[in-house]
Amino acid sequence: MQIVTKDLEYVYQKGTPFEKRALFHINVTIPSHSYTAVIGHTGSGKSTLLQHLNGLLQPTGGEIRIGDLTVTSEKKGKGLKGIRQKVGIVFQFPEHQLFEETVEKDICFGPMNFGATEEEARQQAKTALKLVGLSEELLNKSPFDLSGGQMRRVAIAGVLAMNPDILVLDEPTAGLDPRGRTEIMEMFYQLYQEKGISIVLVTHSMEEASKYADSIIIMHKGTVYKKGTPKEIFSSPAELIDLGLDVPESVRFQLKLEDKIGKEIAEPSLSIDELVENIFAYIKRVNEK
Amino acid sequence: MFLAKSVRLAFVFRGEMKSMAKEIVRFQDVTFKYDENASYALNGVNFSVYEGEWLAIVGHNGSGKSTIAKLMNGLIFPDSGSIYVNGKEISEETVWDVRDLVGMVFQNPDNQFVGTTVQDDVAFGLENHGIPREEMVKRVHDSLAKVKMDQFLNQEPHHLSGGQKQRVAIASVLALRPAIIILDEATSMLDPRGRSEVLGTVRELKNLNNLTIISITHDLEEAVKADRLIVMNRGTVYAEGTPADIFLMDEKLVELGLDIPFTQKLIKKFKENGYHIPDEILHEDKLVDYLCKLLQKI
Repeated sequence: MQIVTKDLEYVYQKGTPFEKRALFHINVTIPSHSYTAVIGHTGSGKSTLLQHLNGLLQPTGGEIRIGDLTVTSEKKGKGLKGIRQKVGIVFQFPEHQLFEETVEKDICFGPMNFGATEEEARQQAKTALKLVGLSEELLNKSPFDLSGGQMRRVAIAGVLAMNPDILVLDEPTAGLDPRGRTEIMEMFYQLYQEKGISIVLVTHSMEEASKYADSIIIMHKGTVYKKGTPKEIFSSPAELIDLGLDVPESVRFQLKLEDKIGKEIAEPSLSIDELVENIFAYIKRVNEK
Repeated sequence: MFLAKSVRLAFVFRGEMKSMAKEIVRFQDVTFKYDENASYALNGVNFSVYEGEWLAIVGHNGSGKSTIAKLMNGLIFPDSGSIYVNGKEISEETVWDVRDLVGMVFQNPDNQFVGTTVQDDVAFGLENHGIPREEMVKRVHDSLAKVKMDQFLNQEPHHLSGGQKQRVAIASVLALRPAIIILDEATSMLDPRGRSEVLGTVRELKNLNNLTIISITHDLEEAVKADRLIVMNRGTVYAEGTPADIFLMDEKLVELGLDIPFTQKLIKKFKENGYHIPDEILHEDKLVDYLCKLLQKI
């Protein structure tokens, strides 16, 4: 399933004195089976865009095509409910949304809302729990007796149990310890590779964006400032830093070093290994001269 | 073997600190369980905090970091062992005096805003302490000025960014003139800009008022700038020392569910490739300087 926006525009509280334009002429495509990272400051319009992806917000101008469904300012379109099943959003700190008595009931809530029988929902809950790397023993526990990391996984399982084609993740690693962060990012990457789903990742971490995504969208003041592969996006790091955005640590370090020696070492390095390789290659080049 | 060395280093360091600074918090054989049937949240924990230092407590989720914070201002009491703040043991009787000394800033900016405006929020704690109105107005203004939020006196909380909300939370704590501020993952829900705003503010305040800062964090880039580090693992103090000591632990930190800061990772890669980098290089700027000299020599 593909999502395409065409001149998408959104104004909060339109027609009131508090009117505030959050999105201007957004044109982006999220192809089937892709991994897209959305980057930008707080207030850049990331979250507003994200809420359009499954029709939680209706554009005030332009349109968004989600699969076969077109949503414009005039029409919401039939089948929005189906779309919400196909596009699952994991909001920030999803564990705050857990509410049921047991893990199983909590995960079953989504599928049953979309018409699954109790039996089907239970089956889906089991599968989803396995996907997030938790054991079945937890099914009958209260979600509130689990650790923070486990609670987050249960909340994510609740979204996965609906079998979405597209998984939208709003800062899924915030507040986790470094190991928890790596584990959860690897889990999403595995889902992307093995289940063929698409992932849209909203993150402040440039490391996560450059490591996992095949394309990056940079939002700035309600517009798409830049889009491209990680290589393309970070090819002009100084520009991003001027905007007040971060770049991967390896890129930032390289830039600092190049500034200091007054020479370019290589193209921006997206990982620490690449950076070390590039510095050694530079040393070798200079020595050969 | 390394552990023994690090403990010894920490010991030497502690000896030095003692002659320089006053001990302001001491945990002595502290044990705590949230539930009788649960495992120990803290098990035989001993450490000291010295006046005017920035101490970072790091550790995996569930290692006992936040339990330490809650014990330190008497939100919970130890099952056994003692905790001393400014020489006074925390008990039901002393807990209110201790809370005057220890201010806490929590993780979620939305959970700690109690007032309807910025100035009401700061005034809330002062009212609870029965501070006279004149003094209260003065303290509200002073502390908001210190966190650079005095332009926002009558703003409602939902108009503020996460970083601004956390700065108001710090002002609320500051207005009570504490000697110690505990940051319990206070920047983990903020974006990078909000994070540096908050940490910059705390650093300035610490230097101006000789505050003691205890920062519970996952952010190793922040921990590297602390004066001293405590690494928690499964309810015990695993290691204690300066950032330089602790980050020598390298892969061991990863095993403990933590990470290694970027500069240390980079230094390690250079060493693996046969380049010697002196041990005293710990911060990024120093490494840039060093590499710069190296690259200019060739």
